Amino acid sequence: MGQPHPGLVMNRGGNSNWRGEEFNLMGIDRRTFLKGLGTGIAVAVPGSSLLTGSLHAKEVVAGKEFMGVLVDTTRCIGCRSCEMACAEAHGMPVPDIGDTSVLEKTRKTSVTQWTVVNRYKTDKGEVFAKKQCMHCNQPGCVSACLVNAMKKRTDGAVTWDSNCMGCRFCMISCPFDIPKFEYNSAAPKIQKCSLCWERLTKGQKPACVEACPAEALAFDTRRELIEEANRRIYRESGKYVSHIYGEREVGGTGYLYLSGVPFEQIGFRTDLGTTSYPEFSKGFLYSVPIVLLLWPAFLIGVNTITSRKDELQSREGGKR
Amino acid sequence: MNTVIAAEEKRELKDIAVFIRSELKPKGKLLTPFNIISAPIILLGAILVVYRLVKGLGAVTNLSQEFPWGIWIGFDVMVGVAFAGGAYVLTFVVYILRSDKYHSIIRATVLNGLLAYVFYAGAIFLDLGRWWNIANPLYGNEFGVNSVLFLIAWHFLLYMIAEFVEFSPAIAEWLGMRKLRKFLGSLTVGAVVVGIALSTLHQAGLGALFMMAKGKVHPLWYTEFIPVLFFVSSIFAGLSMVIFEGSISHRVFSDKISHEEHAAYDDMLVGLSKGCAVAMFVYFFAQVLIFIHGWHWALLNTPMGYWYLTEMIGLVAIPCFLFFQGVRYRNLLLIRTAAILAMIGIIINRLNISIIAFKWWIPFSERYFPSWMEIVITLAIILTEVWVFRWIANRMPVFGKSPAWAAETH
Repeated sequence: MGQPHPGLVMNRGGNSNWRGEEFNLMGIDRRTFLKGLGTGIAVAVPGSSLLTGSLHAKEVVAGKEFMGVLVDTTRCIGCRSCEMACAEAHGMPVPDIGDTSVLEKTRKTSVTQWTVVNRYKTDKGEVFAKKQCMHCNQPGCVSACLVNAMKKRTDGAVTWDSNCMGCRFCMISCPFDIPKFEYNSAAPKIQKCSLCWERLTKGQKPACVEACPAEALAFDTRRELIEEANRRIYRESGKYVSHIYGEREVGGTGYLYLSGVPFEQIGFRTDLGTTSYPEFSKGFLYSVPIVLLLWPAFLIGVNTITSRKDELQSREGGKR
Repeated sequence: MNTVIAAEEKRELKDIAVFIRSELKPKGKLLTPFNIISAPIILLGAILVVYRLVKGLGAVTNLSQEFPWGIWIGFDVMVGVAFAGGAYVLTFVVYILRSDKYHSIIRATVLNGLLAYVFYAGAIFLDLGRWWNIANPLYGNEFGVNSVLFLIAWHFLLYMIAEFVEFSPAIAEWLGMRKLRKFLGSLTVGAVVVGIALSTLHQAGLGALFMMAKGKVHPLWYTEFIPVLFFVSSIFAGLSMVIFEGSISHRVFSDKISHEEHAAYDDMLVGLSKGCAVAMFVYFFAQVLIFIHGWHWALLNTPMGYWYLTEMIGLVAIPCFLFFQGVRYRNLLLIRTAAILAMIGIIINRLNISIIAFKWWIPFSERYFPSWMEIVITLAIILTEVWVFRWIANRMPVFGKSPAWAAETH
């Protein structure tokens, strides 16, 4: 009496209120058991830290709504004021927007250009489209980042921080190929549009939105922007194709686009689907804790069985 | 009695420093053809590594915004880790299934696995733009637990420790530390269990890195089953490497290997080939199923389709068949050919997913092709690993028998 049930002792681990010789469950001696338990813990601890909860980026965080930008490409005049404002706001080389020769080529964002305006030849003539980070609701880059340097802020901005390791997994994982890496620097950074997060925290609009002279850019909550976009499509059904790019693409994005021509014609991928990118690696991540718990249990089991066999053989004096 | 042993240990500890100093000196000839070729490459590689750290990745590599990962990831890490898979497969066979047949090659295989992780997974360090932050995922500014790469970073570290523990009895035997040897030997099975669990996940995890590259990896290669395929292929990649590496080292270190082991070696090769053949068959079958379910028939009649067929038939189905034939006729030439083909298949597969079939629409002129400096650094990493392997194998009981006192405790 007074001795705790062996099962309870098992759970309490470090409790010293028991005598070793009583601890003999299922014929496993204490030493073997503790060894197995140690192995189990060694596996389970790193395993539990890898248990995937919900994704960091949720559509609604702490009662706040994601902010976004609606780009109406039917209104864009290709003046590139947004490019200039962006460069000024973030201390990057300011482009000469009087020089229209850059529009000859389709450009991509770069380490010194977080946003670019491209000109596309379409069924309805020349159309301009601004490109930058889409600020996904559930960004691939954020779930790719192993140090949380890439963050989805509560107001919807996807930002980069300097605790980054420079592994460039975010670049692999971005469906829009937005993060750009400073290859020619010994202390390289990832460069991408931050939705002017610093300005947002001060209650200001993104610089590009403020600079747009044609009201092609609108800044608001994502919900309001989708309503506004739908209103425009209903009112002027001939003017727009009936699709808001970014409403559902890759699970929804902060930047939303309206267009008068099919989106392929103005340089958008329309084959990305509506599943958010972090979902694609979720299956694997969910298997991690399962494998880390079941596999060692199985291996220890097999190991124990094979050793018993040896024991029996030697006890019977059998041939080996 | 006890005091005698204690005194013995004390004296040993004092001698160990002297012993290590004597062991550090090179054994054997310095000016061998291998050394003459490899030393300058290693030296040049070391200079380039410094250059890369000072000037940034762009100065040394051909990486671009379109191709963020080159051969340091696609070859060094992806292929290196797959080839190191032999360690977890063989430790499973030897320590879990307790098949004594392969006991004589277990240490060489574990050592190879350990060094592969140190050097090839270590290549990640060179590839990190902000390498001084390499420890961030470990002590955590913040843990990116949703990242597959977070899992891989942790697993690489833990697996290296597990492999080191598995190999450590050899170090203790080398130093003649009996008590330590006994203690480390008792850890082996635990390390093996942890090691196998970790290997399963990070071998698959390397494939899972490309899950979010949907739309960038050619549909013939992109499947939600890439992680499973990576795991299954690491089984025969690892075993093929054991066959290939063993064929070389059995010549190089033949003086250390006892006569009986030489005789048993052919048997072992046939056994390993059986494992390869079955694993490859499973892999091939899975690939066929995935292909049929993917409904990509039209893609076969494109240049990428021909390349896909080359990989699947030439570098999976054929070596698989050769392994089966090699086992059937106990033909070592067939077995070695199969192993080399299977290894080429793994190299091509990992490069396809990370580089060749990655953004396949980009024209040839704008595609990533490794710079000579990337190749030299990769060669230097491989050659340094061989040097370290040789240094250890020449000193510790890797191929040769353990000292008599250790065999008793084993």
